Amino acid sequence: MTIFRTENLTKKFGGLVAVSNLNIKIEKGQIIGLIGPNGAGKTTAFNMITGVYKPTEGNVVFGENKVTGMKPHKITERGIARTFQNIRLFKELSVLDNVLIANHMRLKSNVFSSIIRTPDYVRKEKAIKEKSINLLRELGLEDVKDEKSFSLPYGKQRRLEIARALATDPQLLLLDEPAAGMNPQESHELMVFIREIRDKFDLTILLIEHHMKVIMGVCESIYVLDYGVTIANGTPGEIQNNQKVIEAYLGVE
Amino acid sequence: MKRNNKLNIIAILAFIATLFILNVTLDPYRLRIFNLAGIYVILGLGLNLVNGFTGLFSLGHAGFMAIGAYTGALLTMSPETKEMTFFLEPITPILANIQLPFPIALVAAGLVAGAIGFLIGAPVLRLKDDYLAIATLGFSEIIRIVLTNMQTITNGALGLKGIPGNANIWWIWGVSLAVVVFMVLLIKSSYGKVFKAIREDEIAAEAMGVNIFKHKMMSFVIGCALAGVGGALLGSLIGAINPLLFRFLFTFNVLLIVVLGGMGSITGTVLSAVVVTVMIEYLRVLDIEMNLGFIRIPGVPGLRMVVFSLILLIVILFYQRGIMGSNEITWEKLFDFKNRIAKKITRRKSS
Ligand SMILES: Nc1ncnc2c1ncn2[C@@H]1O[C@H](COP(=O)(O)OP(=O)(O)OP(=O)(O)O)[C@@H](O)[C@H]1O
Ligand SMILES: [Mg+2]
Repeated sequence: MTIFRTENLTKKFGGLVAVSNLNIKIEKGQIIGLIGPNGAGKTTAFNMITGVYKPTEGNVVFGENKVTGMKPHKITERGIARTFQNIRLFKELSVLDNVLIANHMRLKSNVFSSIIRTPDYVRKEKAIKEKSINLLRELGLEDVKDEKSFSLPYGKQRRLEIARALATDPQLLLLDEPAAGMNPQESHELMVFIREIRDKFDLTILLIEHHMKVIMGVCESIYVLDYGVTIANGTPGEIQNNQKVIEAYLGVE
Repeated sequence: MKRNNKLNIIAILAFIATLFILNVTLDPYRLRIFNLAGIYVILGLGLNLVNGFTGLFSLGHAGFMAIGAYTGALLTMSPETKEMTFFLEPITPILANIQLPFPIALVAAGLVAGAIGFLIGAPVLRLKDDYLAIATLGFSEIIRIVLTNMQTITNGALGLKGIPGNANIWWIWGVSLAVVVFMVLLIKSSYGKVFKAIREDEIAAEAMGVNIFKHKMMSFVIGCALAGVGGALLGSLIGAINPLLFRFLFTFNVLLIVVLGGMGSITGTVLSAVVVTVMIEYLRVLDIEMNLGFIRIPGVPGLRMVVFSLILLIVILFYQRGIMGSNEITWEKLFDFKNRIAKKITRRKSS
């Protein structure tokens, strides 16, 4: 079952075509890779999918519906969550609060009942707190739940970003270079971890990565961007031997 | 949790007892300063919610105070006083004979200020940072100018006089206490966390499913409503208001209290409001001549503001994020502190 696809998704910044005619198709439960050299347009593609940028042309289809041009919070509500390439945690807030905030939209309590703490609100708040602590436990962050998020070591910050995205109850998870700044050993562990959360949370994952090697083992299929253009699409094996991809990565004209 | 609830109730009772004592022991002049501090608590918390907790750089507080002050005054003044006050041009008939009880006028002041906040917020809250500051400042001045020119409603530049002095220690500090409790509950709730998330990172908050505009608006409207209530209390305390009172300087005073106390700290704002209001009054002695027996210091008008600014500078130099930062004084911290002191004492005794 196709859960997600983009149709000729294009973004122009003035004269620069950052992404051109991107057609991604993802089946439920897959882990798909999106790779490409610096400035290839990977993050821009994410930003269009999540509503941060309005596409110049094309469509984003999630499930049965077009979500093109919707506000980011609406798209998250529909079930697409993301992490950021340059970590964007709520720095001054505790690890637990970071995750709790991601539950706010599903709380469905108005501000008055939240302030006077109606039994209904108290019950929901308790449920959300329990759910969040469980989530942190599963991601190995429970022991730091009361620390301010900026005080976490880098790897845990990355993991908290993933935890926070998972807290929105997504069906599709977009990860923007989750392994950035990690050594090969850590990157490998992360990939194993990503596969684990896919199974545990019944997710579909679209994963940006800079280095091909890192995602070879986890992705069923890979899309390669270069200067906004999709230059290849196929299984890791096919991509690895694709002449165009090799040239793009080696910088051959 | 249970212990804290008990402590809260005890603290509130102790506070009410203190009000009783202050009410009978303070002379009218000191009582007035104490009441003014209570109003600054309300104004400061409103501004802190918007600027400190939600991270919106808004400088329009004085305008919303003005709206609240005028609403409160017009709804409580007697028809006779209104007739006497509006001697240039008579007051519009709709308002001429209206006179409501003080609590209703206070609520109305908050509602009107909040409603105008909503109207102004709709375009303005799409802006960010400095642009938002300039726009809110501009709207605050526009409110003032509109008030100056609505002769038949506001009596123009002459302002309103003879506003009934309902605002005693009970009203002011009662409302103030209610606002503190309200703020604590709001900030503790899921909404409070979302406000902070918007302050920390708007893009991330939006990606977490937070409707940014709606929550900014909520925070802004509540802040404006609190400014309105504070304004109405102020009008009632000083008895006379005019548009000049609500210049930018007033916003600046409140902002100063909030920054000194700590952006994003409720207890910080409360402490700072009381300390700053009282200190400014006590520094008044600097303005008048002093005779220390062996030396006579001539009074220099304005010296107190110089000294006050110096103190401010020193505080900001050493505590860049205000006295409290974004921390709160909680029972846990108080007990921690007590235990640490106790430990120190026993250690000293044993050595
Ligand atoms: N808001 C913007 N305004 C103008 N140009 C932009 C904007 N965002 C991205 N670009 C440009 O679009 C192109 C693609 O950028 P993008 O961030 O999507 O690349 P990327 O594939 O994520 O690269 P990296 O691996 O470095 O993260 C770049 O040339 C970039 O400079
Ligand atoms: Mg990128």
